[in-house]
Amino acid sequence: MLKHPHRKTYLLIGVMVVCGPIGNLLLAKAMRQIGNIRFWPPAELLATLPKIISSPTLWIGIVLLITFTVAYMLALSLADYSFVQPAAAMGYVIIAVLGVTVLKERVSLLHWVGIGVICLGISFIRGTDPRTTVSRR
Amino acid sequence: MLAFILFVLIIVVGTSGELCMGRAMRETGELERLHPGHAASLIWRAIRVKWLWIGITMMAIAFFSLLLLLSFEAVSMVVPVTALSYLVGALGGTFFLGERVSRQRWFGISLVCIGVVLVLLGK
Repeated sequence: MLKHPHRKTYLLIGVMVVCGPIGNLLLAKAMRQIGNIRFWPPAELLATLPKIISSPTLWIGIVLLITFTVAYMLALSLADYSFVQPAAAMGYVIIAVLGVTVLKERVSLLHWVGIGVICLGISFIRGTDPRTTVSRR
Repeated sequence: MLAFILFVLIIVVGTSGELCMGRAMRETGELERLHPGHAASLIWRAIRVKWLWIGITMMAIAFFSLLLLLSFEAVSMVVPVTALSYLVGALGGTFFLGERVSRQRWFGISLVCIGVVLVLLGK
């Protein structure tokens, strides 16, 4: 495998880009399936609780979001925040592509223009040094 | 007015929370090898850094502000504004983490910002 100096950083950003948006989508989908959750009176919450914890969509979403957060932390141990945060906007591209290919959604022209501008922006960011500070340890 | 305060909380406090997480990782050290055990021990060490907990608290405040704001503002109005967090993040990276954000990176970040607004408006 090619030993690129920033291989780990790119790989971790890749994990963030895939897990973050998909995790969010699944969580939103699960919440819509469950419907309105009432926290009061407690009996009401108790009644919906089994519905909440038995939703596989919810759990997969949570696992993906935890994976996203861990990858984010590890990426920040290697690269600048101002590099990782905007690079993770690649997630919007993944979501659009998934929407078109898997969910057969129609994506508006404005949306595609936005995707193009994000990609262009990320290519500029990619041309900069990912790490401009030194670790304190 | 409440909406404005919530916007500020979401963008500034949310991004600051992530910056604190970045600070915690900087104090923890680098991921030297892509090995699950090594990664787990790094995360375990990060959990004991106070910046991580400050960050998590701030991110939680931002999250609940977002939920509150979405309860009375339309998603189509709320979400595009959050693209500003990329600019706030670059400023925070410069002044809080001491990163050197070059002109090229600023340009890229601005493009990402514009692109995200276009994507969200195009929905």
